[in-house]
Amino acid sequence: MTSTNIHEVIIIGSGPAGLTAAIYTARANLAPLVIEGEPSSTSDQPGGQLMLTTEVENYPGFPEGVMGPELMLKFREQAARFNTTFITEKVTKVDFSARPFKVWVRDEMHQAKSIIVSTGAQSLMLGLENEKRFYGHGLSSCATCDGFFFKGQEIIVVGGGDSAIEESTFLTKFATKVTLVVRRDVLRASKIMQQRAMNNPKIEIRWNSQVTELFGQEKLSGVGLIDTVTGEKSKLDVTGLFVAIGHRPNTDLFKGILDMEDSGYLKTKPGSSYTNIAGVFACGDVQDHTYRQAITAAGSGCMAAIDCERWLESQH
Amino acid sequence: MADGIITLTSANFDETVKSATTPIVVDFWAEWCGPCKAIAPVLTEIAKEQAGVVTIAKLNVDDYGDIAQRFGVMSIPTLLVFNNGEMKKKMVGAKGKTQLLAEIAEFIPKKN
Repeated sequence: MTSTNIHEVIIIGSGPAGLTAAIYTARANLAPLVIEGEPSSTSDQPGGQLMLTTEVENYPGFPEGVMGPELMLKFREQAARFNTTFITEKVTKVDFSARPFKVWVRDEMHQAKSIIVSTGAQSLMLGLENEKRFYGHGLSSCATCDGFFFKGQEIIVVGGGDSAIEESTFLTKFATKVTLVVRRDVLRASKIMQQRAMNNPKIEIRWNSQVTELFGQEKLSGVGLIDTVTGEKSKLDVTGLFVAIGHRPNTDLFKGILDMEDSGYLKTKPGSSYTNIAGVFACGDVQDHTYRQAITAAGSGCMAAIDCERWLESQH
Repeated sequence: MADGIITLTSANFDETVKSATTPIVVDFWAEWCGPCKAIAPVLTEIAKEQAGVVTIAKLNVDDYGDIAQRFGVMSIPTLLVFNNGEMKKKMVGAKGKTQLLAEIAEFIPKKN
């Protein structure tokens, strides 16, 4: 099934960057098509990483804070209000070698004069052998979804950044004890989040440690840890494991097509959203490993929309 | 039974699953679960399109944790498929419509 209609712009991805680009291009009468992704329990889903968070306290305009999924719903409604079309599926293939650019959703092809890439980044998992087996049986990628099931239990969170501490703090509502397993002897998290972790009597920080093994029959019953300094091994009995160790950009689709760093992040021309292909723009976490905030993603989505609009005008 | 989706409780769970005349997909969900909300419209569509072929039901784990515990549900959304009163399949995590339909295809009798 192929549409012969050539869109002005197709936006791939629907986090803060993609939806801001949609709001701006829609208001510029470009009637954007947003291919927003597919529901999943990872951060690779419509709405992006904020769909798995709880309270967002640092997005301007919400003095009382706002729930991540609610914020993304508002972004989407705002884009829909100005003539944005959505497809709730994942892009499976792209061809940017000739114009109009081509984008496939399975066997369905869509064409556009310009493309905005805002596919974001997704959480890394530990990469342990039996990790998949324990997914949904003690191992979780979504603290907000699954914390509830660990009432009165002891669990661990792996990671040392803001999201690891946000998850740990949230999980202390349910768990009796949360051990935060940190690879180094410092936290990468911001000062305010560090203090929150240190002041929470239910959170214990295990420094210089890494999870090397997962134990359990049907359900997770414990983890093996190694001390990264002494090499000493130990075992910790826990029924839940939550992972927040960082992200990787969702750029597999664009390998060999768009210029990217060794880490997979897309390269953009400094101070703009231009990629190496004229007419293809990138915004949000897919091209930002420095700031990675909802507000910076939204800001760069706005940049991409304006770059795109001006570029389209220049083509006439 | 809004949208053709059955609301399950501790009181009607066993009876509903046992007496269902079609395979029944039970969605374990809660109000605070983002991915659960994301798949809700997908399930509504499937319930409509597959009416009489597959039954879709929902169980709120906040209210009926006993049922969730009985089936070892530790992550939501989890979808359990029952056929002839027996649990046949467990799917953990949110999925898109295409994927979900592929997962339950084995329980849908072929047309003709």
